[in-house]
This record gives sequence, C-alpha cells and structure tokens, in this order.
Amino acid sequence: MASLTVTDEQVRATKSKVIQPAWVRVMHWVNAFAMILMILSGWQIYNASPLFDFRFPREYTLGGWLGGGLLWHFAAMWLLMINGLAYLVTGFATGRFRKKLLPITASGVLHDVRAALTFKLGHDDLTVYNYVQRLLYAGIIVVGVLIVLSGLAMWKPVQLYYLVMLFGDYPAARYVHFFCMAAICAFLVIHVLLALLVPKSLRAMIIGR
Amino acid sequence: MAKRPFLIPGVDKRLLIKDSIKTMPDVTRRRFIAGGASLGALTLLTGCDVVDSSSAEEMLKSVSKFNDAVQAFIFNPDALAPTFPESAITKPFPFNAYYDLDDAPDISAADWKLEVRGLVDNKKSWTLEELYKLPQVTQITRHICVEGWSAIGSWTGTPMRDFLKLIGADTRAKYVWFQCADKDGYNSPLDMRSALHPQTQMTFKYANEILPRAYGFPMKIRVPTKLGFKNPKYVVSMEVTNDYKGGYWEDQGYNSFSGS
Repeated sequence: MASLTVTDEQVRATKSKVIQPAWVRVMHWVNAFAMILMILSGWQIYNASPLFDFRFPREYTLGGWLGGGLLWHFAAMWLLMINGLAYLVTGFATGRFRKKLLPITASGVLHDVRAALTFKLGHDDLTVYNYVQRLLYAGIIVVGVLIVLSGLAMWKPVQLYYLVMLFGDYPAARYVHFFCMAAICAFLVIHVLLALLVPKSLRAMIIGR
Repeated sequence: MAKRPFLIPGVDKRLLIKDSIKTMPDVTRRRFIAGGASLGALTLLTGCDVVDSSSAEEMLKSVSKFNDAVQAFIFNPDALAPTFPESAITKPFPFNAYYDLDDAPDISAADWKLEVRGLVDNKKSWTLEELYKLPQVTQITRHICVEGWSAIGSWTGTPMRDFLKLIGADTRAKYVWFQCADKDGYNSPLDMRSALHPQTQMTFKYANEILPRAYGFPMKIRVPTKLGFKNPKYVVSMEVTNDYKGGYWEDQGYNSFSGS
C-alpha cells in the first residue's frame, strides 16, 4: 500500500507480463465446455448399465436417454480430442509444460501442501506455478490422456484391440474410464474452488493478465 | 419435461418408455435426443436453449453420420473380433431384451421357416432341418451391449457369407435386412460388408447346445464386430436389399453402423 499512483514504466511492465497466453486461454475454455458435455452425456451412458450401486440424477445428464447421450458423447469427443491434441502439441512445442510444470519434487509438493492448508501459500507471482499446482496440472493431463485412450478402447474394442489389451480387457477399460472421470470431477471441484479463492488467477485465465 | 424421478424401482425403464411412446402421435413416436435433460448450466453458457431445439438434434445426427464416414475411412471392416478360450465364457450368459423372458417368442421348430427375399437367385424358404445340414463353425467372442455391459459366449452356426453365396445373393447390394418374431416386430439392417465378414454367423447353437429360447431359438445372427442390438434373435426372414429399411433400435436413434 505504498502508493496509489503508478508510473508509466510500471504500467508498461504490468502490461507486458502476460500470465496466460491467448492459446492457453482459448484451449482452456474450449476444454472446459467439451469436458462438461462429455461428463453430462457420460453420466447418461453410465446410467444405462451402472458399474456401481448408484445412478447419476437425471437432471445432471445430457441426451434424454441412452441413444441421445451416446450421440452427444460421440459429438463432443471431437471437440475434446482436437482441442486436447492441439494443447499437448503446443504445450510441448513451446516448452510451456517443461517451464511451468517441471520440476515436481516430493519435498516441494509437501512443503506447498502444508503452506496451502495453513493459508500461507503465496500467489504473488501467478506466472510461476507452486508445487501443488504443478502436480495437479501435470496429473490431470495424464488423466486426460488415459480417459481418451480408455474411451477409444470402449468405442472400438475390435478395431482398437491393442488399446483394450493395454487396460486388460473390455470391462477393465470401463472402470478406468469411470475412475478417470471421477478424478476429473474431483479436480474440477478443487480447481474451481481455488480459482474463486484467488480471483486474479481466474482473471488471468480470461483476459490474460 | 417435468423434473421428476425417472426410475421407478422394479420397473424396466425401457418398457416404461415404450409404453409411453405408444400413447404419442406417430410423428412424435421417436425418442427425444436433446430433450429431457436439464441443461440449465449449458443454456447459461451458450445463451441458447438446446433442450427443445431440433437443430441440436439435427447437428448430432450429422456428426453421427460424419463419424460413420471417418470410421469407414480409417478402420478395416474385415478386422477380426478377438476370440477367447472356453474358460473365459461368462456364466450364466445374460438374457437381454426389451421384454421379459416369459414374453420371448416361443417358436415351434416344425412350423418355423426362414424366409429369403430380395436380391437373391434362390428365394426358397429354409426349414430348420435343412439349415442344420449346412457346415457350421464355433466362435467364442465377446458380446458388447450398447448399454456398456458385455459377456463372452460360445456360438455355433453357418458363416453368413457361405449362406449368401449358397442362395446366390447379390453381394453388391447394400444391406441384409433381418426381421424377427419378437413382439412388436424386431428388425435390423446389416451392411453387406459386415454380413460378409468371416465371423458373421447364422447361429443355431449356444455352448454346443441347440440355441435356447432365451438366446433366440431357432436362429440368431451373431455379428461379433457389432453392438448387441445388431445381433437379432428369433430371425424369421432375411432380405437382400439396396434400401435402408431401418430397424427397431436404429429408428429410435441408435447409430445404425454401431461397429466395434
């Protein structure tokens, strides 16, 4: 709270400091939209033959019935797949994954988890991810790859038999697909909660700065 | 659509839907694809109401057709379904239909004949006795239902492509269309390429025993490269045709290719 006035240099310096580049923001929101479609239609499909002793409430499903849920799922998959592939390629090619997500060390994660739980984790520089963020963001990318692979295995178990084998057998691929969905939902809850606790991170994902 | 609990314990949801569909006028006698779902969040996000929108339905149908074209382009239609050892067979193999087992067709072998129609040289009908004399093969493959469950079973019968050759079918035709004895008249089209697939079978036996009533006596069509609903049971006729004649589930919105 030193001064309310800012110099021209300071303005320029802040302006140039883009936290989230445009491609990250666009792909992030496209992915969010595609994910919601995939999850809601996926719950519809799950309800047709539940793996566990529960069904998802009909209010939170997409498609009206199994046939509609499948149509939504197999339409939104394109958005998810193309956007996801573009994100992976750009993330590796620009070095963003390496720069932002690595290294991830056990001691770093432990330290930041402790700091976060005691509300001592600083968010002064949003361009640098803390260890909890690195772990969660890297982890969710792996889960994203797994859910797509298990989904493809279930979609074309004859054509993509080697993918089915990767998961063991067809029923196993269903369980992998389900647990990846559960992991994504858990991530979503934490992710949204933390974004609301640190609103400037949400702003950065919308306007970039 | 009102938001009330859809599932009533002990009531088969498919029967429930079927009954309610019967009370609807013909034009609306199809299942709603975009309807029924509460899409509050989605409506807020997109600013448009997709719930009752027929344009959403049209969009989804075109994507589904696009998916068919992509599959036809990248996949090998002759790829073989994996086979399993006898020890992998699911016991008991589930009975599955849109009706109870008690309502399954109870066909008398003596009265039954397989009717052959359409683009074939020999349109003679076949008795079960005549069909049993054709060479048979056994396959142990995984049956995968559109609902997601699956089960491994052992099916024995005559390869479809051998029978099509025997009756002089025009294999350049687009479909083989099956009609069945199920109540409300089950039927399903099979694209010719899949009908000629080496594993596509006119099945007469399950687990080396005459096909029981539960699994489609006297004849089912086993297509291990397709979802279960493309494997008709209680078949009474087959027609080789260039016309897409629709099918029981296909007409309600399941993708007609539904290849695995």
